[in-house]
Amino acid sequence: MATVIHTQDLAVSFDGQTPVFAGLNIAIEEGEFVTVVGVSGAGKSTLLRVIADLIPPFRGSVKVDAPRVDPTRRQIAMVFQAANLMPWRRVADNITLGLEGIDVSDTVKRERVTRTLALVGLDDYGDRWPHQLSGGQRQRIGIARALAVEPDILLMDEPFGALDAITRTGLQDELLRIWQETRKSILFVTHDIEEAVYLGDRVLLLGDTPARIVNEYPVAIDRSARRESEAFVRRVDEVRSGLQDAITAAAATP
Amino acid sequence: MKQTPRYVLAASGLLGFLLVWEAIARSGWIEVHLLPPPSSLPSSLLSEIQAGYWQSMVVASLRHYAAGFVLGSLLGVSLGVSVALFPRVEASQAWLARVFRPIPPLAWIPFAIIWFGITETAAAFIISIGIFWINYFTAMAAVQAVDKDLIEVARAFGHRSFLALLRKVILPGAAPGILSGLRAGLGQGWMTVVAAELFGIAGIGQRMIEASGLLASEVVVLYMFSIALLYGASDYVFVHIQSRILAWQR
Repeated sequence: MATVIHTQDLAVSFDGQTPVFAGLNIAIEEGEFVTVVGVSGAGKSTLLRVIADLIPPFRGSVKVDAPRVDPTRRQIAMVFQAANLMPWRRVADNITLGLEGIDVSDTVKRERVTRTLALVGLDDYGDRWPHQLSGGQRQRIGIARALAVEPDILLMDEPFGALDAITRTGLQDELLRIWQETRKSILFVTHDIEEAVYLGDRVLLLGDTPARIVNEYPVAIDRSARRESEAFVRRVDEVRSGLQDAITAAAATP
Repeated sequence: MKQTPRYVLAASGLLGFLLVWEAIARSGWIEVHLLPPPSSLPSSLLSEIQAGYWQSMVVASLRHYAAGFVLGSLLGVSLGVSVALFPRVEASQAWLARVFRPIPPLAWIPFAIIWFGITETAAAFIISIGIFWINYFTAMAAVQAVDKDLIEVARAFGHRSFLALLRKVILPGAAPGILSGLRAGLGQGWMTVVAAELFGIAGIGQRMIEASGLLASEVVVLYMFSIALLYGASDYVFVHIQSRILAWQR
């Protein structure tokens, strides 16, 4: 398996002096689902943004290696916490946002819209305006928009954070299904430990000041039985106490 | 109890007003040139139309109005947008705007005459000033209020150049604000049309001054209502266009 994201000694700083995190070394393998939890303010969202090249690294480097080069695709796509659809674009035009400016014919655009809408279970919603959708539906369109560019890497920033518990559970299972169908590499940030353990192949714990990966938990539990298994509960507890330690440590730092 | 439809109440309010006015005007308490009865308006409209005044004055005023509207709106929106986009421009205009903003459009009349003479250009210039400021400030605020998260989304999906962001996020995002500024300008324009024509440029304002000089006050009232009608019509058309452009809003 090839490494698709590789950060080396990565640091980000907003004021050019104090780093949000420092010396971050992360490697994501092709097709892997990695979740990130951490102390708030540890820079979980920032990590995704620097990988997506939305903000520059302060020190160190991000290397993104995608297996194939295809002009109709983008290497990376991102799903945001608030779906952030453009309210003046119909659903279908929101989905094609990332296809504008790359070499994609209108026919292919329409195909991708149809395919990704089916993938997120909103087949007939292409003509709607975003304000006609529920929060969960909007979030699905945000996922469809990311899948439409057929990325190798999907960066997800607390995508289900603002949803009610039932919608959230449904979308988690849907995401796993999509992941199993499309085999993207996913880096998923969340503050919900159960979600992190339920979704991830492994869970990275971000803590300390400046933040670094303080621990890593391989999950390795069969996904079909994951939510009910005892091993799942144990792993959740493990991560939770790890996070608790990190929070205590953060509070002790002056 | 059955509820009276809103338009019935609205119509009866207007009708009641006209009746009271008619009654007072006919009672003989007030001289007729001080308060002409509304019933005198149709015949005065007819005679103004027959003499060809009404059409030519309305057309002339519309011409000044349209020129002033287009000029003021174009400059106001484009400068307002640029100010919001570039912090250096924003900083350099801060005091300038503070100095020039409070000067009312009518205070520009002397310079309008000095620069352009008694011409239609002078009228359009005066009309454009009030419209300019409204659009300048609303466009600026509208662009500043564009959701920064949407700009980040567009960047994340590969739209990184300034022009792409302007086209895909900033202008559509600011459109509701810009359009409401244009609409406010539409009303502001009519307020200055009459004043801009008072000093001799052919149009509704000039005709009103002529008529008042002859104590033909029913003609003055006629043109006052003509302005209301023209404003109502232009606003109606604009709102129609606006709601088409902003169909995406709830």
